[in-house]
Amino acid sequence: MQVTLKIFRYNPEVDKTFRYETYTLEAVETDRILDLLEKVKGYNDGTLSFRRSCAHGVCGSDAMRVNGRNYLACKVLVRDVGDKITVEPLLGLKVVKDLIVDMEPFFDNYKKVLPYFINDSPLPADGKERLQSPEQRARFDETTKCILCAACTTSCPSFWSSDDYLGPAALVTAHRFIFDSRDEAAAERMHIVSETSGVARCHTVFNCTMACPREIQITKAIGELKMAMITGKIE
Amino acid sequence: MNIHQFDVVVVGAGGAGLMAGLYASRGAKTAVISKLYPTRSHTGAAQGGVAAALGNLEGDNPDWHTYDTVKGSDYLGDQDAIEFMCHEAPQAVIELENYGLPFDRTPDGRISQRPFGGHTNNETGKPVRRACHAADRTGHMILQTLYQQCLKNKVNFFDEYQVLDFIIVNGKAAGVVAVELATGELHTFHAKAIIFATGGHGRIFEVTSNAYAYTGDGAAILLRHGLPLQDMEFFQFHPTGIYKLGILITEGVRGEGGILINGKGERFMPKYAPTIKDLASRDVVSRAIYTEIREGRGVNGQNYVYLDVRPESVIKYAALDGRTNPDGTPYIVTGEQILKKLPDIIDFCRVYLGVDPLTQMMPIQPTAHYTMGGIPTNKYGEVVIDDKNTVLPGLYAAGECACVSVHGGNRLGCNSLLDIIVFGKHAGLKAAEYAKTADFEKLPDDAEAGSRSAFEALRNGSGKENAFDIGTEMKKVMFDDVGIYRNEKGMAEALEKVRALKERFKGVRVTDTGKIFNTELLNAWELGNMLEVAEVITVSALNRKESRGGHSREDCPNRDDKNWLKHTLVRKQNGEIKIDYKPVTITKYQPKERVY
Ligand SMILES: Cc1cc2nc3c(=O)[nH]c(=O)nc-3n(C[C@H](O)[C@H](O)[C@H](O)COP(=O)(O)OP(=O)(O)OC[C@H]3O[C@@H](n4cnc5c(N)ncnc54)[C@H](O)[C@@H]3O)c2cc1C
Ligand code: SF4
Ligand code: FES
Repeated sequence: MQVTLKIFRYNPEVDKTFRYETYTLEAVETDRILDLLEKVKGYNDGTLSFRRSCAHGVCGSDAMRVNGRNYLACKVLVRDVGDKITVEPLLGLKVVKDLIVDMEPFFDNYKKVLPYFINDSPLPADGKERLQSPEQRARFDETTKCILCAACTTSCPSFWSSDDYLGPAALVTAHRFIFDSRDEAAAERMHIVSETSGVARCHTVFNCTMACPREIQITKAIGELKMAMITGKIE
Repeated sequence: MNIHQFDVVVVGAGGAGLMAGLYASRGAKTAVISKLYPTRSHTGAAQGGVAAALGNLEGDNPDWHTYDTVKGSDYLGDQDAIEFMCHEAPQAVIELENYGLPFDRTPDGRISQRPFGGHTNNETGKPVRRACHAADRTGHMILQTLYQQCLKNKVNFFDEYQVLDFIIVNGKAAGVVAVELATGELHTFHAKAIIFATGGHGRIFEVTSNAYAYTGDGAAILLRHGLPLQDMEFFQFHPTGIYKLGILITEGVRGEGGILINGKGERFMPKYAPTIKDLASRDVVSRAIYTEIREGRGVNGQNYVYLDVRPESVIKYAALDGRTNPDGTPYIVTGEQILKKLPDIIDFCRVYLGVDPLTQMMPIQPTAHYTMGGIPTNKYGEVVIDDKNTVLPGLYAAGECACVSVHGGNRLGCNSLLDIIVFGKHAGLKAAEYAKTADFEKLPDDAEAGSRSAFEALRNGSGKENAFDIGTEMKKVMFDDVGIYRNEKGMAEALEKVRALKERFKGVRVTDTGKIFNTELLNAWELGNMLEVAEVITVSALNRKESRGGHSREDCPNRDDKNWLKHTLVRKQNGEIKIDYKPVTITKYQPKERVY
């Protein structure tokens, strides 16, 4: 089948402003949009720039907008979006070149929630693992899946209006540690997410949950953080 | 010029690089440079688990793990290094847990373990639960956890910097040159010790589970400096990749009871591995699938067979095999349990194939998966450059780019995640220790000259050739003729073809003249690396006239310990490829025939 691929283009070294370029190419239903971008780069215009690595939805490199919705280009197929395809960079982050955006503000927010395991108590005397029941482990399973692709945060109107909102991805990470029975810094993290730049800015629009390629129930996780904030209990 | 000075520079931020960075930074001023943002590294794609004889669910011990690894390697692995790794394994995995890694848990709260190919109870020969797992995203959890610990310990990162060259002065490591992707600027990193942790090169093959970034940069850079690479002919083809796409379906699926079925609806693995059947070593299973296909028992006459993990099939074959739960009760599973244990696999099949593994069988074919060969090192991660294991001062390597060799002719599943944490750690420790007493070598006047001229060549080619075409042709010929089955004629033709492609590559011209994220330029540079690596793989494979592990020759079908129980060292001198050998270290286990 033939598809038309309309791609957002911007190269700061030559372009004053962005433009769209349209390419017509042969494709099959099961082609990933990433495959099509590779073809365009290989045969139509080598300057087209985008990030990618794993090509199967696990590294988080290639989040972008396809027909107006955030996807990983490697995890959305032609059969999912039809034969008229528009590809654009994520919203809310500065475009560096073509489909590449500046991820720094996103990672800066991630770093704000103490995104690492904290437990300063002595290790078990037998030299073995800390114990955790399957139920305790299941409590935060969902939020361990995040690949930091930014699809959620860049679909959120609160983040668009101001990038000092931590955003859903950072909150997902906070959740992953706060609800881990082994971690000891929940209070500090709760303090961070309770500040004005935290959970209060979430207006349960659900865009993030819709956008997440890992199908994480983000709004639910944020809801659990809000509940913990109100009740002062983490359960 | 942008010059940075660090005691230790780690190139690569996957599991090996992060572990090295974490350890080195405790004793020395350390930087970690990565062409990808660290959490995008390929370690994140690893699914099934990390091997360690914790014995949390049944009896196991590091000696069994050692023997299984030696046998899995088809006796090409160095037994001192293997024993070292397998004995360090339990502590290494506990360390990850202590860093917060969310392993799945047993009912009594310990790290959960599952069976994996080639890992056995040495007394019964039956599969043993040795793979420590976090659902089917163990690598993701390792990568995240180590990156997070590096942030906690304030390790210096240079994200999206691609290393192009290695600086060697007076026979010692002196630094690396990298390009900053966002600006196109070159940077020189002046260092006492350099640790390469750049991953593998599976992208030279057409059907592969490997990421775009797997282009063999580290190996190619060192090759250009006349340094040797070891056992490059050994590349692992994983039995179960998604048909055509190559996306990996973890062996964990078979660990959970999945079985392979041919086009006639028969389970075929018992023919090839009567004892552990579908959980035989990867090389054995890949060849079995290929043989089924070649003898006309693929599905619908096509190049694929089925992997079946539907609960009713799992239960049926578990009963036939006498598989039970640890408490002796019959092995019963539900769709829900399978979904919980293998959520990503189920998701991949649904997204990419439109197939639901809980009710349908998955079409699979072998996929290029793992680089066993690489930069030769000893068990401390020090790079060694000849048959006497002479160390190159200040140069280290760890992870998939390195060849210790613990995987020999064939890697066992779950031993790579183990390799990266054990040898990443030791490389980091050794490098920091070395940096304490070593001095900085004086940098050459124009350290960046080599990198600049490499880029200039790519910008000034005639433009007659298309890089994408050259890449496609290389991948095809490597997969077809230097793949699962090999023979003299096919490989000789492949070598000619790869050399012709290298010539044609000189006619490539990068059209993007900009500096900011010039991915066209970098992709072309990476293609150059892949061609370099493809050539030495083919030469090494042609040279080894036997079959061992992942290297299967139709024209020399048997293992030949008399002539070939030795490592290959391949290097380039004045444009010529030269092959030397190095003895295999054998301690406790004398080579014998390998049956599963
Ligand atoms: C799909 C899949 C599933 C797997 N499952 C398992 C499993 O279950 N168990 C197991 O044990 N093993 C598994 N493996 C193998 C294992 O994951 C890898 O061998 C291992 O993670 C490699 O780690 P590494 O640190 O060496 O490399 P990587 O994690 O790939 O890191 C390489 C790093 O080097 C950087 N880099 C590369 N070139 C340059 C350059 N020129 N300049 C700067 N930086 C550079 C990259 O940015 C990256 O950070 C699997 C592999 C795949 C592909
Ligand atoms: S929560 Fe989902 S959408 Fe957001 S960064 Fe993580 S994986 Fe991406
Ligand atoms: S390329 Fe890794 S998520 Fe798409």
